[in-house]
Amino acid sequence: MVAAIRDTIAAEMARDDRVVLLGEDVGHNGGVFRVTDGLLDRFGEARVFDTPISEAAIVGASVGLSVAGLVPIAEIQFAGFSWQAYHQVNGQLARLRYRSRGRFHCPVTVRAPYGGGVRTPEHHADSVESPYAHTPGLKVVVPSTPSDAKGLLTSAVRDPDPVLFLEPIPLYRHARDDVPEGEHVVELGRARVVREPADAVVIAWGAMVPVACDAADEIATRHGAQVGVVDLRTLVPLDVETIVSVVERAGRVVVVHEAPLTGGFGAEVVATIQEEAFYSLEAPIRRVAGYDLPAPVPLVEDWCRPDAARVVAALESSLDA
Amino acid sequence: MTEVRDAPGAPLPRADAVPTAALHRALMEDMLLARRASERLWNLQRQGRIATIPPLTGQEAAIVGVVRALDLAIDWLVPYYREQLGMAALGDEFLEQVVMYWRGHPDGGRVPDGVLCLPPQISLGSQVPHATGLAWGLKLRGEPGIACTFIGDGATSEGDFAEGLNLAGVQRVPLLVVVLNNGWAISTPTTRQTAAPTFTAKADAAGVPATRVDGNDVLAVLEAARAARAHVASGKGPMLLELITYRVAAHTNSDDPTRYIPEEELAAWKARDPIDQFRARLTGDGQWDDAEHGALVAAVEARLERIIDAAFAHAVDPVSAFDHRNADGDARLLRQRDELAARLTSEPVPEENGVSWRP
Repeated sequence: MVAAIRDTIAAEMARDDRVVLLGEDVGHNGGVFRVTDGLLDRFGEARVFDTPISEAAIVGASVGLSVAGLVPIAEIQFAGFSWQAYHQVNGQLARLRYRSRGRFHCPVTVRAPYGGGVRTPEHHADSVESPYAHTPGLKVVVPSTPSDAKGLLTSAVRDPDPVLFLEPIPLYRHARDDVPEGEHVVELGRARVVREPADAVVIAWGAMVPVACDAADEIATRHGAQVGVVDLRTLVPLDVETIVSVVERAGRVVVVHEAPLTGGFGAEVVATIQEEAFYSLEAPIRRVAGYDLPAPVPLVEDWCRPDAARVVAALESSLDA
Repeated sequence: MTEVRDAPGAPLPRADAVPTAALHRALMEDMLLARRASERLWNLQRQGRIATIPPLTGQEAAIVGVVRALDLAIDWLVPYYREQLGMAALGDEFLEQVVMYWRGHPDGGRVPDGVLCLPPQISLGSQVPHATGLAWGLKLRGEPGIACTFIGDGATSEGDFAEGLNLAGVQRVPLLVVVLNNGWAISTPTTRQTAAPTFTAKADAAGVPATRVDGNDVLAVLEAARAARAHVASGKGPMLLELITYRVAAHTNSDDPTRYIPEEELAAWKARDPIDQFRARLTGDGQWDDAEHGALVAAVEARLERIIDAAFAHAVDPVSAFDHRNADGDARLLRQRDELAARLTSEPVPEENGVSWRP
């Protein structure tokens, strides 16, 4: 996925000379995950900027760069450090168009690696999507495959409004597929049906998508049931149409996310299903989520992050209901 | 803490109250231990037994000199994440906790009772307002002591640094801010971090007096930190101390500094190694010799192995991750904890990179 993101940034910078890249260690070091490796050499110091350690200024300056006519791609080194920019994202970036009644707008993409699974220290493994999904004016995108990373990031950069692009850390090196050559655009607000449902469906995003697929395999082996998997890809705007469609076919639903359960974005998905597809449900909707704790430290993270076993248990409970 | 004790790891009293020879030996021991601990934890990380390590290599004098200038019975330490290995004066149990922290153990942030120090701060700059508040609280409650916080050159670009320092200045709180200027914030050199000529200039903006010192000269650091502490403790308000040193090792095990650090610059700073310099100075003054040095190195090795063994003797109970979120757990949290406890009895427990969570 790292290469897909890097190539997409390069393609957008080549396509549109208004696109600039800024963040901590994105230039000479090529980013701590090497996502931006080589971009400084290719596009130069007038378009790729190593910033001071100032998340609020990275996002806040992106607001100003937008007004000046540029198209910023801002990197927050780890999503857990986006809290230092939260007031700029929620209070400023997401609402300048609204506040200025359309006079100004912010075509800003804020990229941030997020989530656990690779034994990072405190504050490096937060799953941050919920508060940002609760930020009117901000689009929230989470790819789970390299192809989608390319297609969604292309859309994000070209979007006239701000997009938070959350990159699942454990998928950086492990997610692999055949990324389409050349122009590849995935429209924001479209979920992907990874596996067609018949008996139940798991709705997930980011690093939980492969976990959902593993659970679906296990259910097929154990029970011969066909469990669908939906990758939301975009949390805001939410693809209600696809969600309703799979729920109507499956009747049984499990929603999975890595962020803590309480107030998690899964609650929004569940509430939407209840409003839009209640009479298709054959069992109570189950949620499998992170525990209501700060992001777990390395020695316990495998026990605290949702895994296939927990999703299987939730699916079995749903299938038995 | 009123007596000098010779046992390794025993806290020393206030630095200016002890005989010079004992203090010199303590400074050397602390620096040697920090150096060796950086190396040992680096190797343990490579073996998959430690999750992360930010080495202190080459910057030992800056931390050791400050810590030994404080009155550890009444002064609070508010560190970020690199200095802990240089805080051997806080005792072996503290260092054991530091090793647990980098192991990724849920109890790693539990600073031992009686040690006046907050857990490592990962979120850059966040610790400065905490230290301001701590110092403010000491002042409001009429308690002695100061708060001493550490921050890297890069983190001074965070808003929290400016906000915390500014508030400290306004309230004239007993706060010492130590800027560990090691030249690099991962790949960003100080010249790209700020256009300010020095980091003391940032204190000027807050109306806070500041001094710059050679952070590789442990005696210079000690003297400057003692003077700064005296100023701060006297009720005159906060001070900032900029210690100029160099990050001769990587930012952490995840970093590859060969991508960006100029070789000549690195070589020049390696030639100014703080331990080598201090050893040469003491030897030149007739206060130290090779035999004494060798004996201390051996003692430090043994002490460190005891600390590491103790840190790895702590089992990891995944259910303990549920402890301490709040004073009490709500019903939903307790249900989640019970679910995990049930899984632990029904699922096989894997080893964590070769480290069982069971002892």
